[in-house]
Amino acid sequence: MSHLELRQITYVYDATGREVAALQDVTFGVAASEFVCVVGRSGCGKTTLLNILAGFLGPTRGEVRIGGKPVTGKGLDRGIVFQDFAQLFPWRTAQRNVEFGLEMKGVPRAERVETARSFLRLVGLEAFAGAYPHELSGGMQQRAAIARALAYNPSVLLMDEPFAALDALTRDEMQRFLVDVWRETRKTVVYVTHNVAEAVYLADRIVVLTPHPGTVRAEVKVPLPRPRDPLSGEFVEAQRRVLELLR
Amino acid sequence: MSRASARSLLGALASVVAAAAVWEVFARSGVFSTALTPSLAAIVPALGRMIADGTLVLHTLYTLYRILLGLALAAVIGIPIGMLMGRFGWAERFVLPLVSVLSPIPSLAWVPIFILWFGLGDAASIALVLYAATFPFILNTWTGVRSVNRIWIRAAEAMGAERGRLFRKIVLPGALPFVIAGARQAFARSWIAVVGGEMIAATNWGLGWVIFDSKEYLNADVMLATLLVIGLLGLGFERLVFQLMERRTVGRWGMVRTART
Repeated sequence: MSHLELRQITYVYDATGREVAALQDVTFGVAASEFVCVVGRSGCGKTTLLNILAGFLGPTRGEVRIGGKPVTGKGLDRGIVFQDFAQLFPWRTAQRNVEFGLEMKGVPRAERVETARSFLRLVGLEAFAGAYPHELSGGMQQRAAIARALAYNPSVLLMDEPFAALDALTRDEMQRFLVDVWRETRKTVVYVTHNVAEAVYLADRIVVLTPHPGTVRAEVKVPLPRPRDPLSGEFVEAQRRVLELLR
Repeated sequence: MSRASARSLLGALASVVAAAAVWEVFARSGVFSTALTPSLAAIVPALGRMIADGTLVLHTLYTLYRILLGLALAAVIGIPIGMLMGRFGWAERFVLPLVSVLSPIPSLAWVPIFILWFGLGDAASIALVLYAATFPFILNTWTGVRSVNRIWIRAAEAMGAERGRLFRKIVLPGALPFVIAGARQAFARSWIAVVGGEMIAATNWGLGWVIFDSKEYLNADVMLATLLVIGLLGLGFERLVFQLMERRTVGRWGMVRTART
């Protein structure tokens, strides 16, 4: 039984009088605490898919369910991390950024401060609680954004290429870090990326999306034990299989 | 004193000395009579006399009272209107045509009619400042609300912020760089309004009145000394109010680069 279910999600938009299907009958499930990567080239509708999961867009047809209940609109049962570093609020310190969701939830101040502090500790930013976003590096800003999305305890974490704008070394480090955080928190994760190596490193299962219209080409299980070695034969083999499906 | 602030002071000093030198050369060149272009040797003592007899302080206080009250009223009126316009389509459709018609009219064009309405004195000058300063507040706040980064709104909405809370916690701070820019612009326009207003509508007090009154007695030194005071007040406000305001908020948050002074 899947915690998160996508049932025949179709999204049609109007491009100057012509109807274009960005997504066509996208169906897959994500088990509780499973890490699923959605992989596809740009224009395959993967960001549209994430926006539908987040509730920013309503699907033209089809349905999203979380814990068996249909999703309508935005909700605190989902946390979202974007690619853009600018997603943090510049006028709030790291600590106050992480508190935001709790504030919206109506959590009392003392508890809020405590919870936010513990999530900053989880992402290794405790020492930077009082720093403003512009004083943090790109990687640190994304860590803070992850802490912010986790702090109000959503059951599903949605991530839209959160490390795509980082340099390669920081990206590797952040991927290792994300696996640690995921093991610690056991969230259900949907992670969108165009980077196949990243998907193979992170995912339990990879959903391969092909464009025009965006449809599920295949689902690939990645049964490799963690931490994974990107230079091992099995890793490269898994990568090759996904790349072939994208061709 | 830090190296940066020493450099900033040095830069300010250099530009002041250069401007004074240019003026001295012009004043002593004989293009105009020295009564019309007094040298610094005449301007500085005139300034000293006005300070010594206490009139300068009173004139300045009158002018500041008019400008600050008008400016405060303009902020109280203009900022909320700009926010409403940014947030609600109906407010934008209703206010924008009015602003577009009223804002290009120079505040000084209103002086005669304001004298008829408010008589000579403080009220006319304050009303002029209010008129001049309200539109910069409205237009900049409106622009600020519209330029708030979409991703902040999305992130906040995803965390359950909606309507009022979204506006208070995201749109307001997000628009602040523009609101401060509006305050600067409003302040500059207020000086034009207050000095012009005082020249015509004031009775006996105010820096604008001093300049206009000195013309009767051919006191070019007093006129220039007063102009200098206005300039210095502008400098003081820029450094002590606007730059400080910026450093403490949007500069601190990395939303704008603060002035290198």
